[in-house]
Amino acid sequence: MKKNWPLWEIFIRSKNGLSHKHVGSLHASDAQMAIENARDVYTRRSEGVSIWVVESKHITASSPDQTGSLFDPADDKVYRHPTFYHLPDEVKHI
Amino acid sequence: MSDNQLTKHFQDQIDQEVKIEPKDWMPEGYRQMLIRQISQHAHSEVIGMLPEGNWISRAPSLRRKVALLAKVQDEAGHGLYLYSAAETLGIDRDELIAQLHQGKAKYSSIFNYPSLTWADMGAIGWLVDGAAIMNQVMLTRTSYGPYARAMVRICKEESFHQRQGYEILLTLVRGSEDQKAMAQDSLNRWWWPALMMFGPNDEDSVHTQQSMAWKIKRKTNDELRQQFIDATVPQADYLGLKVPDPDLKWNDERGHYDFGPIDWDEFWQVVKGYGPCNRQRMRDHIAAHEEGAWVREAALAYAEKRAARLETAVA
Amino acid sequence: MTHQQALFEYALRLGDNALILGQRLSEWCGHGPVLEQDIALTNIALDQVGQARSWLTYAGEIEGKGRSEDDLAYHREQREFRNVLLVEQPNQDWAYTMIRQFLFDAFNFYLHEQLTGSRDQTIAAIAAKSLKEITYHLRYSSEWVIRLGDGTDLSHRKMQTALDDLWIYSGELTQVTPLDAFMAEEELGADLDRLRPRYEEKVREVLEEATLSAPNLPYHQQGGKEGRHSEHLGHILAVMQSVQRAYPGQKW
Repeated sequence: MKKNWPLWEIFIRSKNGLSHKHVGSLHASDAQMAIENARDVYTRRSEGVSIWVVESKHITASSPDQTGSLFDPADDKVYRHPTFYHLPDEVKHI
Repeated sequence: MSDNQLTKHFQDQIDQEVKIEPKDWMPEGYRQMLIRQISQHAHSEVIGMLPEGNWISRAPSLRRKVALLAKVQDEAGHGLYLYSAAETLGIDRDELIAQLHQGKAKYSSIFNYPSLTWADMGAIGWLVDGAAIMNQVMLTRTSYGPYARAMVRICKEESFHQRQGYEILLTLVRGSEDQKAMAQDSLNRWWWPALMMFGPNDEDSVHTQQSMAWKIKRKTNDELRQQFIDATVPQADYLGLKVPDPDLKWNDERGHYDFGPIDWDEFWQVVKGYGPCNRQRMRDHIAAHEEGAWVREAALAYAEKRAARLETAVA
Repeated sequence: MTHQQALFEYALRLGDNALILGQRLSEWCGHGPVLEQDIALTNIALDQVGQARSWLTYAGEIEGKGRSEDDLAYHREQREFRNVLLVEQPNQDWAYTMIRQFLFDAFNFYLHEQLTGSRDQTIAAIAAKSLKEITYHLRYSSEWVIRLGDGTDLSHRKMQTALDDLWIYSGELTQVTPLDAFMAEEELGADLDRLRPRYEEKVREVLEEATLSAPNLPYHQQGGKEGRHSEHLGHILAVMQSVQRAYPGQKW
């Protein structure tokens, strides 16, 4: 059977202080080549200062079937948000 | 959920402008339409490298050479982004390329026309990229998330392509008589094929209706074509070039340009494989792919060897 | 040789090396073995043409006759080109292209490292900017030489053949011409005698890891630095200069 170069997911930090962000994917024969390909493909216009590559098959994703059970329960936990708490206007810097 | 419920939920999401993401449930027809369209789009980017690549070696100044190289390279990048988007639908790039080589997948017919003079680098950038941008800007709002994201990236990068093409023509029309004639000849050859890029008239377009319902496409072929003509004619006027359409005329009432009939026989001839360069383009692409096979295999073999050595070293 | 003549010739050589190699590499654009590498190699082509523009512009300034980068690139005959023979050799396949690139990059890296210390400030500045690019090129081509040399039997054979064919042009890289001697003496250019062992060590190291063996040749080809080229350069220029030559004196 013919084998192809594996697929890699590419994450790029656009500048120090920001987190790495998923920008897309590409094929490469190994991790080192994936980084170099990512540099050539995804930072041609100075878009990055740091690159992460992860082989796509190593990413485990949550299932959309579980979207309801995973994420909806957070919707009514309003007490996690600062606007839940009422303070008089005179109180500053809080 | 039953299939009916799933379908309804899916259409509700679309109607509410919620993007569809790779692992979401989607109708098989939607998946197939996306694969067909995204891969066709990717193939167009990659085959589109060839007519312009034809002039990189002959670019008449070093400034033009680097601009053209960077532009053709961008097209490789855009092809890559689009193949990646298609891969999220569960098909790999190699399979998509095999479909192209077997003639099962299409690419934009415009790239089956030859690039004959330096002015064609201007006309391609201005008209072909111009037409593509109309389509691509619309697609930044397409309903499938990875496709929309790829298009956002592509549109950002494309912005220089049309400008570099127009600048080439601007330089030519300000030059010698020979150069002006070269520019006019190029417009004459590329104008109608550029209009054909938007595809058949709406009433003859088999996919338009479903594609619009799924919000893959957001505007019809004819709407985009009119938008392109309205934007482009004043640019041709500025260049002092004559658009090769005797029926072209501003219509105050419609607020649009009227234009003459498109030669759909020519369109279908090229789509069906009988254009000036269909066989040549495919042969070149297949050759590159086949000649690259040993390189791809060797790189993988080396990666495996190296991984095995590392494992032994650790053990 | 006057100081000015020497500087002019030297800048031309650096510009021509970059230009001709860039021209060769750009022939790959659209024909690479995989999309990712098509893009990668075009980046190197863009770096090379970019470097050529800097050097040729500077050469024109030194000469002082108002010749631009394009005048020098498009309106010289092949006998006036000063690039080494290696860079004009045809692409053939990915193996030849990577061997050619690696041999040139290995030399070019140490060359530019030295040039950053040139007493001529423009040379030092262009070299410093180029060195970052060349550092990446050398890593890229070294990795490919190793990957394919130590890949499959087929790739190993192809790489060894390419190396056997191209090795004869490698000697010219570090050959000391009167111009090189003058430029080294004046601390304007590189001291190739000092450079050679480092270059040879790098090549030896990479070829060894790639399981490739360099041929042991009693002679090497040279002449490019003085304008005696292989048959290939004429064809490269015929293509590259065609539009400028067909419509002389026009702006593009």
